[in-house]
Amino acid sequence: MVVRFFDRLGRISVAATEELGRYGVLLMESGFWLFMGARIGQPVRVGALFAEMMEIGVRAIGIVGIMAAAIGAMLAIQGIYSLKIFGAEGHVVFGVAFSMVREFAPLITGILVAGRSGSALSARLGTMKINQEIDALEVMGINPVRFLVVPSLLASLIMVPVLTFMSMVLGLWAAGMYVNVALGMSLAAFFDQTISILSVQDLTHGLLKSAIFGILIALIGVINGFLVKGGAEGVGKATTRAVVQCISAIVVTDMLFALVATL
Amino acid sequence: MIDTNNEAKPPTVIEVRDLVTHYGTRQILNGIDVDIVQGEIMVIMGGSGSGKSTFLRHLMALQRPTSGVIKILNEDVWALPQKGLFNLRKRLGVAFQGGALFSSMTVGENIMLPLYEHTKLDRMTMEIMARMKLEVVDLAGFEELMPSELSGGMIKRAAVARAIIMDPRILFFDEPSAGLDPVVSSQLDDLILRLRDAMGMTICVVTHELESAFKIADRITVLDKGDVLFIGTVAELKNHPSERIQNLLNRRSEEAEINADEYLRRLMGDKQESEGMAR
Repeated sequence: MVVRFFDRLGRISVAATEELGRYGVLLMESGFWLFMGARIGQPVRVGALFAEMMEIGVRAIGIVGIMAAAIGAMLAIQGIYSLKIFGAEGHVVFGVAFSMVREFAPLITGILVAGRSGSALSARLGTMKINQEIDALEVMGINPVRFLVVPSLLASLIMVPVLTFMSMVLGLWAAGMYVNVALGMSLAAFFDQTISILSVQDLTHGLLKSAIFGILIALIGVINGFLVKGGAEGVGKATTRAVVQCISAIVVTDMLFALVATL
Repeated sequence: MIDTNNEAKPPTVIEVRDLVTHYGTRQILNGIDVDIVQGEIMVIMGGSGSGKSTFLRHLMALQRPTSGVIKILNEDVWALPQKGLFNLRKRLGVAFQGGALFSSMTVGENIMLPLYEHTKLDRMTMEIMARMKLEVVDLAGFEELMPSELSGGMIKRAAVARAIIMDPRILFFDEPSAGLDPVVSSQLDDLILRLRDAMGMTICVVTHELESAFKIADRITVLDKGDVLFIGTVAELKNHPSERIQNLLNRRSEEAEINADEYLRRLMGDKQESEGMAR
């Protein structure tokens, strides 16, 4: 019983270490193609990068915008409700501004992009793998990491912070609208107070975190896609695994980042 | 047709020596030696689990064997540096079983992809070359369609057009007839013969379709349970005295020779034995 437990634990540890190693290797290989590809005559195609930016970023604007506005308004509603107990509802801007910029905008954007693009990336690469399209790239002398991974990784790295910034603005705007209705504070006064409260460091905190989320989403999506075995069922499993891993990684990273940043 | 008795043999383009492959503890290939000479069509045959797909993956430099040497165009594939392997792959073409066309690209874009990645040709030249190759495979005018709009036979022919766009020295086919009706399958066989005759390519085909193999092969390699059972011409294969080979050719499995009791015993394995002992 005990031997079996340790045997299982050992196997899980080895598998986890192996997977972590894959992330490291993929990240390094992506870096190599991004910075050295052009020098050896195999550059990352700008067209592919823009296509991915369109898919990961531009097509997610609608849903990210709606969710950010809803979260912003919700923060304002809850903030006023809680602070009213102490008669301090006028200070709601503090809570909303910090929460939205440092936590909620990066988190909600990361989770939405993970659900949308992390899963799509995993499904796409998984399907390509079972259809032998990745083998076809290799035998044509086209490196799959350069051709498929780097554009997605770079697009995610650029677009997740951009979407996060948009979420911050829209979330604050929605919160300001509610505060305007509930407390009679004008939108201009709300934003004026918000700007005076927030520092550049707060903004950097949120954006830097979202850039890390962008890398995590692309890497997890890609690895799960490349590891697909079997047919359609394998693709389904990989997609589910990618979403679960992405969201877990985002939430844990968010917590660690918050911990380190507030020490 | 290659005359295998001719003393002035063409040069060997693929040389496989003592190729061994394991998947975990399971041995898939047991020390295979095969030579493929320039300009011939070599058909690799064998039943399911014979190791032919693994063998092809080794030949295409997609999978490293456990041990052994594979020389393609006089270059030891697994001893080559990354750049050497990259350059070698440009001289190989592969038509995969399902075509492996990229679903997000049109047929024309699929065919132009190797040119786009490996040459500095302008777009118009690439388009002209793609149309030429589409004509070779009888798909002229289909360049604007998406792969999803093509039939199974058309997808395979488009895959051939992509495989030959760089004028490779060696062309690999993985189960070209799989999933095709006899008419389309025969057309594809004719295309393979035409590529050999018109373009002088060395062609290696993995298939389990006897009719197709007999039609196109200059020589046939028969694999069975990871061993090379036979290498020779179609005529030599048909007249081979070995009962094992004739069984394979006549699709008579060795299992068919086993009587029902023996078969049942094998299926039940230890279970039946232990139950019998308990009784």
